[in-house]
Amino acid sequence: MSKSIANTRSATGIPSARLITWWVIASEIVIFGGLLASYSMHRLGHPEWQSSAAHTNTWAGAFNTLVLLTSSLSAVLAHKAADGGNGAQAAKYLRLTILGGAIFLAVKAFEWTTEIREGFTLPAGGFWSFYYTLTGLHGLHVLAGMLIMLVIAADAAKNEELQRVECVGLYWHFVDIVWIFLFPLLYIAR
Amino acid sequence: MSTQLHAAEPGIFRKYLWSTDHKIISMQYLFTGMVMGLVGGYLAYVFRMQLAFPNRDVPGFGLVTPGKYNALVTMHGTIMIFWVAMPVLVAAFGNFLIPLMIGCDDMAFPRINRLSYQIFFFSTVVLLSSFLVKGGAFGGSWTAYPPLSAKGAYNLTPAGASLWLIAVVLEFVAFLLGGVNFVVTAMNGRAPGMKMYDLPMVVWLIVLASIMFMASVGPLVAGAVMLLFDQTLATGFYDPARGGDPLLWQHLFWFFGHPEVYVVLLPAIGIVADVLAVFARKKLFGYRTILYTAWATAVLSFVVWAHHQFIAGIDPRMANIFSITTLIISIPIAEMVFVYIATLYGGSIRFTTPMLWALAFIAEFLIGGVTGIFLGASGADIYLHDTYFVIAHFHYTFVPIAVIGTFAGLTFWYPKMFGRMMNETLGKIHFWGTIVGFNVVFIPLFITGAAGDQRRVYNYALFPEQARPELQHLRTLSTIGLLVMLASQLPFLFNFIWSLRHGERAEANPWRSNTLEWTVASPPPHGNFAEMPTVYRGPYEYGTPGRSEDYWPQNVPDEVLQRP
Amino acid sequence: MLQRFLTGASSYSHSVDHLIFLVAAIVGFWLLAAEGALFWLMFKFRHREGRGPQYITGEEKHLTRWISIPHSLVILCDIVIIVYAVTVWVNIKQTLPPAGQTVRIYGQQWTWSFQQPGPDGVLDTADDIRTVGELHVRAGTTYHFELVSRDTVHSFSVPAFRLKQDALPGRVITGWFLPTRPGTYDIQCTQMCGLGHALMAARVVVETPQEHAAWLQRASNPSLAAQTVPPATAVAPAIATVAEVRP
Repeated sequence: MSKSIANTRSATGIPSARLITWWVIASEIVIFGGLLASYSMHRLGHPEWQSSAAHTNTWAGAFNTLVLLTSSLSAVLAHKAADGGNGAQAAKYLRLTILGGAIFLAVKAFEWTTEIREGFTLPAGGFWSFYYTLTGLHGLHVLAGMLIMLVIAADAAKNEELQRVECVGLYWHFVDIVWIFLFPLLYIAR
Repeated sequence: MSTQLHAAEPGIFRKYLWSTDHKIISMQYLFTGMVMGLVGGYLAYVFRMQLAFPNRDVPGFGLVTPGKYNALVTMHGTIMIFWVAMPVLVAAFGNFLIPLMIGCDDMAFPRINRLSYQIFFFSTVVLLSSFLVKGGAFGGSWTAYPPLSAKGAYNLTPAGASLWLIAVVLEFVAFLLGGVNFVVTAMNGRAPGMKMYDLPMVVWLIVLASIMFMASVGPLVAGAVMLLFDQTLATGFYDPARGGDPLLWQHLFWFFGHPEVYVVLLPAIGIVADVLAVFARKKLFGYRTILYTAWATAVLSFVVWAHHQFIAGIDPRMANIFSITTLIISIPIAEMVFVYIATLYGGSIRFTTPMLWALAFIAEFLIGGVTGIFLGASGADIYLHDTYFVIAHFHYTFVPIAVIGTFAGLTFWYPKMFGRMMNETLGKIHFWGTIVGFNVVFIPLFITGAAGDQRRVYNYALFPEQARPELQHLRTLSTIGLLVMLASQLPFLFNFIWSLRHGERAEANPWRSNTLEWTVASPPPHGNFAEMPTVYRGPYEYGTPGRSEDYWPQNVPDEVLQRP
Repeated sequence: MLQRFLTGASSYSHSVDHLIFLVAAIVGFWLLAAEGALFWLMFKFRHREGRGPQYITGEEKHLTRWISIPHSLVILCDIVIIVYAVTVWVNIKQTLPPAGQTVRIYGQQWTWSFQQPGPDGVLDTADDIRTVGELHVRAGTTYHFELVSRDTVHSFSVPAFRLKQDALPGRVITGWFLPTRPGTYDIQCTQMCGLGHALMAARVVVETPQEHAAWLQRASNPSLAAQTVPPATAVAPAIATVAEVRP
């Protein structure tokens, strides 16, 4: 299907794909911002939540932070390759990023399973309600990103729609940054 | 690049149900919104009949029990805001007008556009299904405060409550997707020569509304997820017994809820601006003033939300801050209204049906605006909060927005959308019946509200101060006004449908307007412009001296003006 | 002005009424001015044959002052309203004059009930008087109230006092009123609280000191003091099934 003229025009000079990605990220920031603000206000009012928070697996969280940062690096490399017109290499790096996402989710699954087995379920207390909601919403965004990336990688491998590699990379960085906030707030904060 | 090659004519499915054409998508939103408007109107009919004739069977419904009453008012409010005002004003007009008015062929991302409608349609189905589940539709009022909304044992409509919530979240997602498309298209898709200050006001304001929506809905999406978990997964985000806080929902809700009313106001006020300019044959008195006041209103709207919560149990000192910001927001709006009125000065006004609606918007919205001051003044709100005074106030803003503004836009752009002219006589009957009916509904309610009538009450029998005959007469009068208002929609529906086939065929520019949508055929072909236009000036060059015509379309090149 | 609709029976009801009247006078003026300008311009500049529109850019100083001057006046009016509104608000919601008596108000689905000190004058003692649906107070005495909800958000509203305060579960919200005029007045619930929201009617009986003393004596009679406050919400589903049945 050919693109609309509106899609190919750029009165601002910024490509539309990138522009729409930034706007989507902006609305997502407000969603996560709202949830994080709610959590922070509650946490400040409930110092006793610290004892619940102590049961999170800080090593798993730290490992996951490393995984996500590394996957963001491969997303950057994918962008660089796409900029250079090398679709095959871009696809390769995107698939590495997807792998990073998969490892992240696997570790998350392991954490959750352990915590649930210990009785820390979603309704178990205020801290845990926020913990699962925040990490769950974030995890859903990781998964969505992985799926979108799969499609874009498939196109990139054929040297098609290379401009989308940058966009999905931007989205992935956003998901990464949300985690950078979640990790200290959920795992480390006293 | 200036023409598009088309494959063989698509079948009905691709053309009407699976289309990515912004004009078709706008019609999908428009018709869904109009149908939901009939549903919302019916719900109002039922509960106003109960209020006028308590505990009598309502024709076409039956007996209104307390539980049903609560569901009726809840769903009326929810539907009118989220399933009528938003899809019609933001999505339908936005989709139809933006690509045409900026001189391009479609939205920047047509498939995302289609997806946004599909999600919206799904949300409509979810919402309507809530009428059919056990317990019936949600009855916790459109504001859905927990703990009432969080616990089925309290609201007695647990399935309806969750379906309501899911429908609302889906609607939010649909409008987020639609909104980003609008903003990117307006930023990037403009015709060569069209600077941002050459955009018609309605485009600017729909774009601003979309940005406001995106900036405000996030926390409520978060809050809705938390409420859904409280409803279904036994979490306690809003349960004080579990360490939660009911006030958190209120803040998250109103942080969105207040900007939301401006999200629906701006497109309506944009439509009014464009209609006024065309039928007064005048430049807008202060294009940039309108824009700056709109921006100021948009920003200020984010810091007034707790005026809905003055007596909610927030720290009383906070009330003073929000009272001040609320009164401050009246200033840019007042200025905007003054500029609109000033646009009439020196004009050559023709009272066509669209112009009648645009002028009525100003006259009626003024009442809504000034009555808001009573409520923004915290000391007065102690008495007036949750009375019918509030209901009358917000209907004097919402009805101009969702009804009057919509009809101004529909009667104005109908020729462009459907290629036919609407019947002016029927249009005027519709106009007068609606306006007279509308005022008869709500003026009595200012009085009953000031006399103490509280909201969301199906019967005042237990309240001697409210059960007085003089107040009951006013309630009955209000209901009669509603019957007139509803009946007056029949000529409109007939006019709308009949004119599709039998209206006089519309030329490209029947109103002699300057903006780009009037340079193409009525209705526009797929792809809109055979040759993409270039723009040479702003949209409101009416009555320019030295020209033989009293208008100067945006795409007509500059010529040397003859000096008289 | 509001006395036309509803009596004022508290020490601050008049200040609320005056504020409402002030706002009405100010906004009424602006409403009439704006509507007047609108209709006058519609009439004056209606299309007449042979007369086209004037070309006005909006920068003409002699015209813009018709906007900038009203603009400044609106700001002034807003300041006046704010000052008065905040004054009224601070008096009702931010001050707590010394209490003559304290009363605890319970909101629940779907009744108002009250707990007042008995003859010993102290709340939360054995001789407290508990009533359902009816609050007896003495004219001329300043009352503090402690507002409590047992389940959902409710809102305690006495139109005759010009008093309204939401009741939140998990909190005790304090406020005050000083009844001035003997009589019996409505108590409403003004926050949607479910099926019986319209059934949450109660009465506040403002009595002269003599009447109130007589009531106090009757109410603290041991056989009446055994009244307990009804339990929360278990009763709700029962009411639901009853109310949904057609008479």
